[in-house]
Amino acid sequence: MQSRAAEKTGTTAFVLAGRELPSRLILGSGGFTSLELLAQAVEASGSGLVTVAIRRIDPAARGSLVDLLDSLGVAILPNTAGCYTARDAIATARLAREALQTDLIKLEVIGDERTLLPDAPELLAAAEQLIADGFEVLPYTTDDPILARRLEDAGCAAVMPLGSPIGSGMGIANPYNIALICEQASVPVVLDAGVGTASDAALAMELGCSAVLSASAISRAEDPVAMAAAIAGAVAAGFAARGAGRIPRRLYASASSPLAGMPDLG
Amino acid sequence: MDAMERHDVIVVGGGLIGLTIAWRAAQRGLDVLVLERDGCAHGATRAAAGMLAPIAEIDFGTAGESLLALGLESATAWPAFADELAAAIGEPSRLRTDGTLILARDRDEAEALERQLAHRERLGLPVERLLASEARRIEPALVPSLRMALSLPTEASVDPRWVCDALLVAMRAAGAELREGAAVASVTRESGVARGVELESGERLAGEHVVLATGAWAGALANVPVRPVKGQIMLLRDPEGEGLVTHTLRFEHGYLVPRADGIYALGASAEERGFDLTITARPLYELLRDASELVPGILDLEVAEISAGLRPGSPDNLPMIGTVKEDGLILACGHYRNGILLAPLTATMVLDAIAGAELPDVVAPARHTHATVVG
Repeated sequence: MQSRAAEKTGTTAFVLAGRELPSRLILGSGGFTSLELLAQAVEASGSGLVTVAIRRIDPAARGSLVDLLDSLGVAILPNTAGCYTARDAIATARLAREALQTDLIKLEVIGDERTLLPDAPELLAAAEQLIADGFEVLPYTTDDPILARRLEDAGCAAVMPLGSPIGSGMGIANPYNIALICEQASVPVVLDAGVGTASDAALAMELGCSAVLSASAISRAEDPVAMAAAIAGAVAAGFAARGAGRIPRRLYASASSPLAGMPDLG
Repeated sequence: MDAMERHDVIVVGGGLIGLTIAWRAAQRGLDVLVLERDGCAHGATRAAAGMLAPIAEIDFGTAGESLLALGLESATAWPAFADELAAAIGEPSRLRTDGTLILARDRDEAEALERQLAHRERLGLPVERLLASEARRIEPALVPSLRMALSLPTEASVDPRWVCDALLVAMRAAGAELREGAAVASVTRESGVARGVELESGERLAGEHVVLATGAWAGALANVPVRPVKGQIMLLRDPEGEGLVTHTLRFEHGYLVPRADGIYALGASAEERGFDLTITARPLYELLRDASELVPGILDLEVAEISAGLRPGSPDNLPMIGTVKEDGLILACGHYRNGILLAPLTATMVLDAIAGAELPDVVAPARHTHATVVG
């Protein structure tokens, strides 16, 4: 029997930009204190897709991040972190495509150094251009339902709204907006940024997200490997709970074992 | 074969680690030759800030605690090591023992420092929380808007270039020989055992023991998972001389380390860019921006030097020291951010390895199986 969430997406498998992924958790590779910890966290997370900030590495440098991820058998999702203009983001995406032989790009166009919030008009402009260039664009966006719709209309393969600012660990600041985005979207919604601990990831899935991206919550935890497993479990639990159909909220108690109308179970 | 130059120990690499090993080996009466591809202390040593900071550098987890134990052991050895070096060259020691302050600019950074404090207290390490006013009493150049600070009173620093200059003198006085401009093409083996090297010139040299101390380039001569992690750093000079700050100051993405003669090392980026030494604007801008938010006075200093170096990164940030079981090659590599700190301990371990003693498992080169090895 398929769950309700499965019916909505057509399947329990997670398909992003035409690729079927083994997990609804996408891992960010930034912030790990060693490559060994990153490798162990990737394995503990069960994730099949790991982001790499293309401006902060040389993708051609052997023995480093890209080789490690290749050896772990996970796909790489390059991102344009650190770009402040559409021009820079587009150039970075092209660099990533050339170096990594992938059309996938997680598009980030940052508007402000202090908050690292997306610059909406610049993001949309970059997304349009990259889609025209044949990229599968996964835009990091604010939790604005209208902007999310515009990005989807432009042809983005998913939308990736923030829960709260990058690295803040503040969770989902506006669950109502995330739910609205999920309700209207016909592409996958991936909660990006803001996850601080497992319950944030579970909430995202319960709100209707198709997947969660987590970086700092895992890489900067005291035990990143344990946190990777915990957040992976929360993503799975939140997805299952969404499918299971939660009970309505009530102001007053309602006994779970009412005396009236009880069946006789012998 | 008979004409071949022979040594007890050939040390490949004339950085701070290689020179320390050579000095210590020569002091034991061994016939030592150091082969340096370029000039001594041109690699990571030259770009290193020289913090002897096992407590400031600690990471969470078991690898972090292993590194802490190594770092504390080597830090304990540093004062006597520096004194002995200073005596060998007839100069006063330049080890600085003023301690370190870790600084928070705002509420977020203060929260992060509380976590750092709790972690160090759990491990019983010497650390103290300072109010901003207390920190500013001991470092009046700190910005008035400082939020809080941690004091690590036992952390020291040393100028790696002074150490290398001194090591060269001390090492030669002890009888070790140095060849600069001697690039090693390969390690040569007799019956599968490392017994010398072949230079790029084609010359072959024989050594009873071959020690690899080639920093980020270790992977070129041995099958070790060492990768270069680029760091950009600048030296600032106060024309007024010393005194702007006396403690090593650390902040979220950098540090300011005072040296003799009013020199300050401001570093450093950490970039996974392969063997690239290009100087770029962003890290320098970010370092100056962040440091000047804490010590506004640094913007009046002269820029004496900007450089880039390659840290020898290992998969778990711990060094690989000891004898490779398969061929007897001795490794002293993968020190990542802690090469200056770990130099005295590394030399002790390498001499133990030469003597055939077992080394601690945490530094054993064999711990990186091929399943987790990168490259």
